[in-house]
Amino acid sequence: MDYHELAYKSIQYRRTILRIIKQANAGHTGGSLSCIDILNVLYNHVLNVTPSSFDDPNRDRYIQSKGHSVEALYTVLADRGFFPQEDLENLGRFQSHLIGHPTRKVRGIEQNTGALGHGLSLAVGTALAAKIDSKTYRVYTLLGDGELTEGSNWEAAMAASHYKLDNLIVIVDRNTLQITGRTEDVMSLEPLEDKFRAFGFAIQHVGGHDLPALVKVFEQIPFKPGKPNLVLAHTVKGKGVSFIEDKAHWHHHVPTDEEYRTAQAELDQAERKWQAKHGIVEPL
Amino acid sequence: MESLSLCKPNLEEFAQTLLALASQNKDILVVTGDSRGSGKLVPFGKTLPAQIVEIGIAEQNLVGISAGLASAGKKVFTVAPACFLTSRSLEQIKNDVAYSDNPVKLIGISAGVSYGALGSTHHSIHDYAVLRAIHNIDIVSPADNFETRKVIEAAVDHPRPIYIRMGKKPMYDLHTPDTRFEVGKAIVLSEGSDVTFLATGEPLSRAVMAAHLLEQEGLSVGVISMHSLCPFDEAAILRAAQHTKVMVSVEEHSVHGGLGSLIASLLMQNGFCPRLKIIGIPDEYTVTGSQKEIFCHYGIIPEGLAETARQTLNAKEN
Ligand SMILES: [Mg+2]
Repeated sequence: MDYHELAYKSIQYRRTILRIIKQANAGHTGGSLSCIDILNVLYNHVLNVTPSSFDDPNRDRYIQSKGHSVEALYTVLADRGFFPQEDLENLGRFQSHLIGHPTRKVRGIEQNTGALGHGLSLAVGTALAAKIDSKTYRVYTLLGDGELTEGSNWEAAMAASHYKLDNLIVIVDRNTLQITGRTEDVMSLEPLEDKFRAFGFAIQHVGGHDLPALVKVFEQIPFKPGKPNLVLAHTVKGKGVSFIEDKAHWHHHVPTDEEYRTAQAELDQAERKWQAKHGIVEPL
Repeated sequence: MESLSLCKPNLEEFAQTLLALASQNKDILVVTGDSRGSGKLVPFGKTLPAQIVEIGIAEQNLVGISAGLASAGKKVFTVAPACFLTSRSLEQIKNDVAYSDNPVKLIGISAGVSYGALGSTHHSIHDYAVLRAIHNIDIVSPADNFETRKVIEAAVDHPRPIYIRMGKKPMYDLHTPDTRFEVGKAIVLSEGSDVTFLATGEPLSRAVMAAHLLEQEGLSVGVISMHSLCPFDEAAILRAAQHTKVMVSVEEHSVHGGLGSLIASLLMQNGFCPRLKIIGIPDEYTVTGSQKEIFCHYGIIPEGLAETARQTLNAKEN
């Protein structure tokens, strides 16, 4: 997929995220908009997994540790055909499988997450199984920066480098915000790179909304043979809608009718800009 | 009744059984948190070094990694002291194992008050209660080497998560080799019209000996091994309730939320109101001492159990 096609998808994904959150009247708006470009590149360019290969033991795995940003994951999985688009309308409804955190009842989802600090251990175990069985699949996990205060992450980080899991890719959605405010005010994470380096990771920084840069960074895996990979993705919480960007209270704020119209109008504008450059395409 | 013969600790039986199984199945993995020594797994590690994964003292990570390994098709036996495994990593058990349905086999070693005078930090008398309240994890406490061997064999291809807990001390042989064992099915050792002991795990041998004492006094006494607290063999208990005057439950666990609570709840909801005594560790700072001394203090010994049964039986008749 070309970069401009990926860029078009990112606009549409943002529209969908806002639409399903608005409809469900619940969701994690800021975090989903923060990680959607990463998920776009992973599912449309990087991961060796499709709806038909989802049961293949050799598929690449994606485990979303920051489970609350599930609206981004559902949006991308539906677009990739893991389940029908119309299922998105059921988000948060009574007896729907599409609940507010990832669950394996939704096809395409590897692990039930939502409690923070769990994804990395799960990913380490899955990557270790690949090493034990001499399989070539890779395991990707997306961590929020807020959840890095959970000690279990550092237990898992230790194990990742002890077992030389260069088939493990840890992506940190470093938007510097968590529900209460700046991560550095809540509990200092910096120097974050030094911490992961000390735990034995090979590290690359990337702009988390720069699609070509994201593509390029994943092409370089393994960054260093024998070391687990850390992609420190510098992102903006709420990215793509000006008044949502970089605001802690948008963590799980649902747009009002007015905010919703304004947000979609901004995305209309982004789409027109894209079309002026690349021409009209069929809607996704 | 002939006297019981003393055998290995269940932990040793577990380790030997697992080594034999793993030698034939390279997907079997032991995952351990610096507990291969106390888990009697040093021979396993020496014989099958590629099938043991060391995580270090990090129970949350131990269980999370185990869930990841199991999701990729490995047959994972996760071994750690029961006290830490079922409390420090409870959220990982709840979410990564049970809720995500990764069929890890959690082996709680040195369970109950096995650690004796090491104190409450090292006791696990809460594990049945917390795990019973979590959906999609089976719970088995083998009473002797036979039940241990059988549950470990069954665990390899068990389709659901399972928690198996064991103590450290040598156990008496309580079953004949042709006994039928199935996870979730009680084993009726004997039936009695006066008293029925229902025991789970290693205290079962004390119940068997207590029954022997009471039989010598002319009472009719039954003993049932409730090795599985989940699935729970309700039918076996309801059957026993129909023909026995007194029921005594015995467990190496808090009297709250374990075997006794399950039995009481089941009986009441099915219209039975028998004389029931729940014997376990009471809700207090557990008395200090060796496992044997703790058992003695709380009456989890043959003489104590027999006396409880006698008093309960007589109380109604007066
Ligand atoms: Mg954040």
